[in-house]
Amino acid sequence: MDYLNKSLFEIKELLESGKISSVELTKMCLEQIKHTQNINALISVCEDFALKTAKRVDEDRKNGKKLGALAGIPIVIKDNINLKGTKTTCASKFLENFVSPYTATCAQKLIDADAVIIGKANMDEFAMGSSNENSAFGAALNPKNTMCVPGGSSGGSAASVSAYQCFGALGTDTGGSIREPASFCGVVGLKPTYGRVSRYGVVAFASSLDQVGTLTRSVKDSAIMLEVISGQDKNDMTSSAEKVPNFSNIKSDIKGLKIGIAKEFFNENLNEEVKKSLDDAISFYKKNGAELVDISLPSLDKALAVYYIISSAEAASNLARFDGVRYGVRAQKFSDINDLYFKSRSQGFGGEVKRRIMLGNYVLSSGYFDAFYRKAKKAQKVLKQEFSAAFSKCDVIISPTTANVAFKIGEKSSDPLSMYLTDIFTVPINIVGVPAMSIPCGKNKDGLPIGMQLIAKQWNEEMLFRFGEIFEKNHKEAKNV
Amino acid sequence: MYKVVIGLEVHSELKTETKCFCSCENKFGGEPNTRCCPVCTAMPGALPVLNKKAVEYAIKAGLSVGCRINEYSVFERKNYFYPDLAKAYQISQLEYPLCVGGHVDIEVDGKKKTIRLDRIHLEEDAGKLIHSPNGTMVDYNRAGVPLIEIVSMPDIESAEEAVLYLQKLRATLLYLGVSDCKMQEGSLRCDVNLSLHKEGEPFGTRTEMKNLNSFRAVYRAIKYEAKRQEEELEAGREIVQETRRWDDNAGKSYSMRSKEDAQDYRYFPDPDIVPIIVRKDYIEKIQKDLPKLAYQRAEEYVKNLGLTEQDALLLTNEKYVSDYFDQVIKEFNEPKFVCNWILGEVFKKLNTLDNEEIEILISPKNMAKLLKLYHAQTIGQNVARKLLDELWGTDDDPEIIVKEKGLAQNNDAKGLEEIIKNIMQNNQKAVEELKNGNQKTMAFFVGQAMKATSGKANPKLVNEIVQKLIK
Repeated sequence: MDYLNKSLFEIKELLESGKISSVELTKMCLEQIKHTQNINALISVCEDFALKTAKRVDEDRKNGKKLGALAGIPIVIKDNINLKGTKTTCASKFLENFVSPYTATCAQKLIDADAVIIGKANMDEFAMGSSNENSAFGAALNPKNTMCVPGGSSGGSAASVSAYQCFGALGTDTGGSIREPASFCGVVGLKPTYGRVSRYGVVAFASSLDQVGTLTRSVKDSAIMLEVISGQDKNDMTSSAEKVPNFSNIKSDIKGLKIGIAKEFFNENLNEEVKKSLDDAISFYKKNGAELVDISLPSLDKALAVYYIISSAEAASNLARFDGVRYGVRAQKFSDINDLYFKSRSQGFGGEVKRRIMLGNYVLSSGYFDAFYRKAKKAQKVLKQEFSAAFSKCDVIISPTTANVAFKIGEKSSDPLSMYLTDIFTVPINIVGVPAMSIPCGKNKDGLPIGMQLIAKQWNEEMLFRFGEIFEKNHKEAKNV
Repeated sequence: MYKVVIGLEVHSELKTETKCFCSCENKFGGEPNTRCCPVCTAMPGALPVLNKKAVEYAIKAGLSVGCRINEYSVFERKNYFYPDLAKAYQISQLEYPLCVGGHVDIEVDGKKKTIRLDRIHLEEDAGKLIHSPNGTMVDYNRAGVPLIEIVSMPDIESAEEAVLYLQKLRATLLYLGVSDCKMQEGSLRCDVNLSLHKEGEPFGTRTEMKNLNSFRAVYRAIKYEAKRQEEELEAGREIVQETRRWDDNAGKSYSMRSKEDAQDYRYFPDPDIVPIIVRKDYIEKIQKDLPKLAYQRAEEYVKNLGLTEQDALLLTNEKYVSDYFDQVIKEFNEPKFVCNWILGEVFKKLNTLDNEEIEILISPKNMAKLLKLYHAQTIGQNVARKLLDELWGTDDDPEIIVKEKGLAQNNDAKGLEEIIKNIMQNNQKAVEELKNGNQKTMAFFVGQAMKATSGKANPKLVNEIVQKLIK
């Protein structure tokens, strides 16, 4: 475990200094994937592709060729990210045998940075879920306690990083799908500003909320990876021309910076141990020179309703292309075209996906559109204004990532509403479009990780890294390592 | 006693280089599924990127018919399942279209009539289903081709007006160069909304008619539908709100679906496409650079070239004719002469062709040469007409043909005079008759002169010489 338990930035130095080759490292990771197969973190392992890349990187390094920022480092990507020639299943039976005809921009950026893509991570079907139990290929398990869920929907990505199968992973976050599993698995999870990372080639769940982000074992790792995957993409109109800063150069000082605390994030439902961890973190920041500011986000409790209207509406439309005509599941027997659609979709989609499609079509249908969709968009505007007002008073906002630690497998799977409530602190961030990061800030008495969420202004991920790293450096025990 | 109320929805494919939301080539036909990519086949994760040229073309169309251009416009998703629609939604516009208002003016019985427009919006075309004995196949080559939908107000009152409106609209789009407007290839399509009512009463229930593939079909379908609705009303039945399909061979329309089966398209703003902000100066620049439309060219023909208003209008009805005229007079600057020839001989020729996509199949350069020969009386009218037929569809040089075939007119006054003197000597009686004022005899002399010169004598010249000699 001498190498596997390193952070991405540490292993990067070891690779650069020639202490270990990428092929050796990749083989170790492949071995570790086999050892930890029980957590079911990956849907597919790209062994040949990974070894071929590793070999090429080693040769290039030997020949003195200039290499990318992730040269030779094994990385996992979520299975809703297209990688040409590999299966992209979205953990759905519908796409069980779908082979990507093209590569997503974020995956291409990893490849261009000479990363070794080693596997494709398990997830909730089409990224809908908070526990990774909605996977057609079986639930992923929490490496910290295999009785527990790893969170979702990027549960496989978080579990893989947490179980040392790789040095970083890409996930997607529509309402907390990176931050919640990061929190449950004790890793760092970053959802960047909407528009920071191209969505081209990432199978859409809710287009206006989806954002690709990172799961890593340290804050600096996250900064390194974000720098690689960010930037405007001519194939995604919603990707921004905003300049990509040198994220990995993290400022260490937080003196005089302001931390906003909203009482709405600290309500009566918050678990005591989680609350204690957060209080400790806040004290830490105060001790290190940050100023605490009370802020108010009065409409925060509306965010979950807004989220389920907007995300389901978009999902219903986005998932309509899975019709059995061009790819994916096609029912064996059908009487006409409508029967083909009906049977293929009935067979291909799981229960949660069907629930969201029905909900989405309902809120968009004539007679209900104004009462639901239009109203939700209005509420979204109000939330944006409230956050904007809050950020005029502070540099970051701190909150718990989730009200509780990882729950038991099966505990909430029959109660969708309590499952939805898991995301109550993370969902508002997507509605508003700002960046947020979950970092480990403690453990409960059973040793399950607790995560805190740092939220920054649009395009201000640097602030998250700054607050994240100083905390991490002083709380080794909170880290996964 | 019933008044017909018609509104038209015209779809016109824009001839941009690439499709509306991806970089695939925008071209008619081709091997099925050779012009498509992850975007237009809706692979998981693919995203649309708006083609700016399509926006420009739509704005051009809007400005040319007096629309107001929305500086803020939004693309929406129109959701429905059909195999030719890969994403299961069409990217279209609803609440904030690119162009609003505007009008198309037509001339009905010598009077100007204004047909108001509701809007012009930009959207994408769907693919095509190909039915074969082995089953139905889908071709996505056309999927994602940019379309504008031009929606008129219900200001059209007859089949004749509908066709005039379509002709005017088609000519405008052709002059702009934004669409090739070929109904047979589907780059111009038209749906008819029609209802009947009595003067002073509110509009009746309307039906929508689809599958109209020519102006003639539009004309016939309107006549048919107006009659059908009238018969229904006369029989005391109510008109059912429905979509009907026109069968051009049968000359009838059939109900496709009624309002009860109408789909709920669940429109909502497409989150993949940012709202389109069109800056004022951009609109102004397009306005400034708009090509001259038919009426503007006609005005110039009258003012600068001295053509009659009537001729100028006829010449500018179709852009290709006006373009052709401009090219010919560049080579041969006799506008009136060229105009007369085109409106007379060339139009006669075009009318004999049973082809919707008519073209003048002689290069302007060769046409100019032909007309120079005719104008200089090197060839006579009959030869000129014959040459028009002969040169049609070829690249042959009229000067060379005339030389090779010895078609040049005999303009040798001295030589002709000798010949005519000879004829007169042998036909004293006819000379007398002519002297007595019997002009019919002139034809006899011309005929004889032609015979003596194998048809090459310049008839005008012969006439002049005969007149001179009998004095």
